[in-house]
Amino acid sequence: MRKIKEFVIEKLILICGLASMFFVALIFLFLLKEGLAVFKNASPFKFLFGRSWYPISEPPQLGILPLILGSLLVTLGAAFISIPIGVGCAIYIAEIAPAKIKEILKAGIELLAAIPSVVLGFIGMVTLVPAVKNIFHLPTGLTALSGSIMLALMATPTIVSIAEDALYSVPRSYKEGAFALGATHWQAIWRVILPAASSGIVAAVMLGLGRVVGETMAVMMITGNAAVMPGSILAPVRTLTATIAAEMGETVVGSEHYFALFAIGIVLFIISFIVNVTADLFLHKRQQ
Amino acid sequence: MKNPYRAQNIAFFFLFLATLLIVIPVGLIVLVIVQKGLPAINWQFLSDIPRQGMRAGGIFPAILGTIYLVAGAIIFALPIGLLAAIYLSEYSRDNLLTRLIKLAIVNLAGVPSVVYGLFGLALFVVFFKFGASILSGSLTLGIMILPIIITTSREALESVPYSFREVSFSLGVSKWQTIRHIVLPNAIPGILTGTILGLGRAAGETAPILFTVAAFYLPQLPHSIFDQVMALPYHLYVISTQVPNVDEKVRYGTAFVLLALVLFMNLVAIIIRYQFRKKKKW
Repeated sequence: MRKIKEFVIEKLILICGLASMFFVALIFLFLLKEGLAVFKNASPFKFLFGRSWYPISEPPQLGILPLILGSLLVTLGAAFISIPIGVGCAIYIAEIAPAKIKEILKAGIELLAAIPSVVLGFIGMVTLVPAVKNIFHLPTGLTALSGSIMLALMATPTIVSIAEDALYSVPRSYKEGAFALGATHWQAIWRVILPAASSGIVAAVMLGLGRVVGETMAVMMITGNAAVMPGSILAPVRTLTATIAAEMGETVVGSEHYFALFAIGIVLFIISFIVNVTADLFLHKRQQ
Repeated sequence: MKNPYRAQNIAFFFLFLATLLIVIPVGLIVLVIVQKGLPAINWQFLSDIPRQGMRAGGIFPAILGTIYLVAGAIIFALPIGLLAAIYLSEYSRDNLLTRLIKLAIVNLAGVPSVVYGLFGLALFVVFFKFGASILSGSLTLGIMILPIIITTSREALESVPYSFREVSFSLGVSKWQTIRHIVLPNAIPGILTGTILGLGRAAGETAPILFTVAAFYLPQLPHSIFDQVMALPYHLYVISTQVPNVDEKVRYGTAFVLLALVLFMNLVAIIIRYQFRKKKKW
């Protein structure tokens, strides 16, 4: 009796162990099931590189290039801000900060990671958006730049925690060796520790930017949601994620618009898949 | 050659500056929300339904809705996540399958939240015909927090020293009994931490519930798991962007309640972890 019970439990454990693979496959399958229908009427090339997104005109024009460029612009802006700050902060925490301050900083970073994106979006709307409007004398502060700044803030916890891990796991003897040769602390960091941790830092940056591409609510609230080809970083844009979130509520299940939004979901899923697998390879490389 | 110590001072100054550039905004955000949100909080705000087109009254249905959704998500995700963690820490070998499972977990954690919303819509709302309901929303959130629960629980299980298991085996105890009576009890604080972090994440996410459960405005409370509910994060989104002329106090109050809820859970998780580390005897 006991043996049967254990057998059942162990099989259950195995099934649950495989559950995450099952769910990833299920997500992809259902995105394909709903999204591929859009390619009956439009070629994948026209879908990806079409320059106009007018989903409710007759016939609908479903080109997501403006949305891809919107996502790209916001992500590049966020990368520009968050990479130096995030990596710098990681170095400070891993190498320079005294033990007590280190704990406080880490808790602060965790705090930032925990703030819901809709709260950051709201704060961005009431503080950052008016500030951008006034500083650059724009008709509206809902711009790609506002989105980039807010998203940079959202990417930093990921970048800092993973990069800090990578720096921390560099063997102590490397640093001691550098010191023994008369290097200053900074020389040891710059010439020895950073290169040794580089693949982990690359992974950290990738995962942080992956989070930026997938971020939805804050971006929808502060980038202005104009589904046009982005002209400058000071103009409103519309990202891939925001398009889904803003338009899905108004579509009819089974309409072309509905299928197109799922096809955007496929694009996002593939981007996040590539980012995560590559980052995982980098992290794995470090362990070997 | 330049003085290396001067270069070091300059470099360290910039690293410190980078740290400040992260820490100061975080502090300011929390400060502004507390300062402007706290005065809006009173018993009526927490216990009343929204009135006058959500411009007055309270946010009780949204708070309750979020509690239902989070509870549903954890009921679904905790058993699966815990068993998956047990598989990874106790049963899996270092082979391709294990590597693939770990990769799947990383990917599941990286899927954009709005894609979870699409998935929940396609699978639970449309395919299983649950409609936009607490059930659909909870399951969607449950799958989303699965990686958090698996990863933290696995770490907790793996931190139990191997010698504990060896002693148990040497006494003739079976593998499952060892896990059940020796490994699990020692890993509970870590599992609890992961569960609470998952709860916090589920409470704060908006995009996955947009099309699977969240109601724009629903003054009555839900009667079954097939009803729609209001939810705090979606409510904050609605009153910030969709409804004009909402009093700033109501917005900040809602943001404060949501932030307080999420940060409180994170704080509890951090404290449990800290206490556990201090008490650890091995």
